[in-house]
Amino acid sequence: MTTLSTSKKYIEPGAVLYEDTIPPASHWSLRMRKGTSLKITDIEGGANVGMLFYNPENMLERYNAPDTLKGQHTFKLTRGNCLYSDMGRIFCSIVDDSVGWHETVCGNTTKQIIKDKWGEKNYQEFHNEWNQNGHSSFLIELAKYGLGKKDMAANLNLFSAVGVDDLGNLQYLENNSKAGDFITLRFEMDTLVLFHTCPHPLSTAEEYPRRPIMYQILQAGEVEEDDYCRKYRDENDRGFQNNEIYHLGGACCHD
Amino acid sequence: MIKESELMIKNASYRETVLAGDYFMKVIKKGQTFRILDLEGNQAADTLFYNADDPSERYSAVDTIREQGNVYLSAGTRLLSNENNLMLEIVADTCGRHDTLGGACATESNTIRYSLDKKCMHACRDSWMLAIAENDQYGMSKRDITHNINFFMNVPVTKEGGLSFEDGLSAPGKYVELKAHMDTIVLVSNCPQLNNPCNAYNPTPVEIIIWD
Repeated sequence: MTTLSTSKKYIEPGAVLYEDTIPPASHWSLRMRKGTSLKITDIEGGANVGMLFYNPENMLERYNAPDTLKGQHTFKLTRGNCLYSDMGRIFCSIVDDSVGWHETVCGNTTKQIIKDKWGEKNYQEFHNEWNQNGHSSFLIELAKYGLGKKDMAANLNLFSAVGVDDLGNLQYLENNSKAGDFITLRFEMDTLVLFHTCPHPLSTAEEYPRRPIMYQILQAGEVEEDDYCRKYRDENDRGFQNNEIYHLGGACCHD
Repeated sequence: MIKESELMIKNASYRETVLAGDYFMKVIKKGQTFRILDLEGNQAADTLFYNADDPSERYSAVDTIREQGNVYLSAGTRLLSNENNLMLEIVADTCGRHDTLGGACATESNTIRYSLDKKCMHACRDSWMLAIAENDQYGMSKRDITHNINFFMNVPVTKEGGLSFEDGLSAPGKYVELKAHMDTIVLVSNCPQLNNPCNAYNPTPVEIIIWD
């Protein structure tokens, strides 16, 4: 864990403000500020990161997978895509991505899925090597903010890809993410981020996959008029306009 | 999969026509079957389901998709809850494919999809908001409004990861029929969308028919 002093007036875009690792089968949450980016790195390859977003000013505003997909006419998420709330605003933009495909339609592992796939490993016997599941992980993080299962929306599964054939059949894509692969999310509004490092529910691994991740909070640059994500689709340009309206009159985040 | 129903309209216990821009909210008892009938074709019925005894248990698009291993809904699909329990099963379908990826229209998402100045046009989420406000016996709020099914909507996904809203596969008289495996609150918004070519900019009525 390292923290950069933030007492300086100007911080170079891309500067690492903080970095930390999250062990496998774990969960955490943090509040990202507008004007910062979250870079997540798959340290060993084969990681999965379940993720949800909420607006800390109004927790009823949350990540909306259907609006994100239909608004950008896409099933997969990669560089250029924006991740939308149900209120027509952009929580964050995918400004960098070495993976190419992240999915948001398969949900989480549950206690039962883990048991059926890899067997139960309880905490009493296995301590930090237990088989934690994604559903329970989100319930725990949600409860920290007064939220519950009603608030659990369809989540992102970063680093994991699921393809679809002509008949609509799902196919989990093996080896989607390699050691060192990363995704960078630039936050376009203050956002509560909940995430876990439990396996993807369609993982075909023989053993419960234990993959740590590194996360870094970076200083983001100004979003220019010709920004790649903003110009990626007309819909995103309108999403950025909604964010601008939301922030009218607010203090600039780069002072 | 196309599968016709053997149920006769004359034996139905309840019928209601739902106009575009209106909602339908009613408890369907375990064992009852209900049909959504697309009266004039290419209409979208944006639908949510809740366990009538505990509405915090509700239809889950992601659990349903994952467990059936397919993104489209049709006859044979088992609609699962966020607790991975069976809520309803699609027992007949003359349309062949229904969407659960695209979500509902909302005034805010309309600003993204169409134009910021469309923001006050009627949308499915507004119908749901009115439904939960006018039916406060269920104790529901915006937290309960989640990812839905779009009956009769055709939203194909490609191998390359694309997704689009195509002209519907539905036509006048096509229907989908569901059997309830628990007492279920059915909440339908008959979609009022005027900006989407997939309904020829012409939202039309649907009929809900229930058999005991």
